[in-house]
Amino acid sequence: MDKPRIKLPDMAKAGDVIDIRAVVTHPMETGNRRDANGQTIPRKIINTFFATFAGQEVFRAEFGPGISANPFILFSMRVPGPGTFEFNWIDDDGRRLTELAVLNVVA
Amino acid sequence: MSRGHDLLRAGSQLSMRAGPTRRDTLAGIACAGAAMTGLMPFAYAEEGPTAQFEAAFKKFAGDRKTNETGVKLELPDIAENGNMVPFSVYVDSPMSDEEFVKSITLFSTGNPQPVIATFHLSKLSGRAMAGGRLRLARTQEVIAVAELSSGALAIGRGNVKVTIGGCGAG
Repeated sequence: MDKPRIKLPDMAKAGDVIDIRAVVTHPMETGNRRDANGQTIPRKIINTFFATFAGQEVFRAEFGPGISANPFILFSMRVPGPGTFEFNWIDDDGRRLTELAVLNVVA
Repeated sequence: MSRGHDLLRAGSQLSMRAGPTRRDTLAGIACAGAAMTGLMPFAYAEEGPTAQFEAAFKKFAGDRKTNETGVKLELPDIAENGNMVPFSVYVDSPMSDEEFVKSITLFSTGNPQPVIATFHLSKLSGRAMAGGRLRLARTQEVIAVAELSSGALAIGRGNVKVTIGGCGAG
């Protein structure tokens, strides 16, 4: 779990509904595959993603193994005003990755 | 300019596109080879919904009212690579304080694990929508179920013909 990348609009006005895109590297190992010796490769996925804006939760996703490697997520938000996004990814090992992104809100 | 944008401009192997990269396609082909030699646990064939799906959907829906309108699930008709299938879901909803979508759950009718993901929306969402990329082990129907503020469920469906199944797809 590495290299979080966030895509926000260059600028937004309060009241606009904007698209937010986020992606992070992760193998999203399903737990269904076997290695060369026939041993099951244990499941290891990002099971939770959530985004807050100015401290308020905007969107939360629970992922199963059916989500692709390097999970990409698209969601929307009605801009309440200026603020900073916090994006969080949590995997089966309990590791947590957090990334911040400031939304450029114009009057 | 935020750090995110700088990273995007710098360009990396990580794709913001919904579609597959060349590397993913190659991985898919490697998996298909394994399937043909009988190493893969799932059947590479067109079949109906799995028993796991039927059970999971029944448990999720319970005795709630369902209807088949108002949910648009966008999927490609054909996925050459089942490891990376772009999807987006749009639900007809004003997303007002009185009438909104609580969550959207995606079900696979042909993967080993039937629940692909659940997306929880909020008062800030503005639009009832979510998108991403999913894995499909074989040709199948994918089902998006929106849980409405009224408690009812709205269902949208999409069929994807999968040329090369997602290796060990969830």
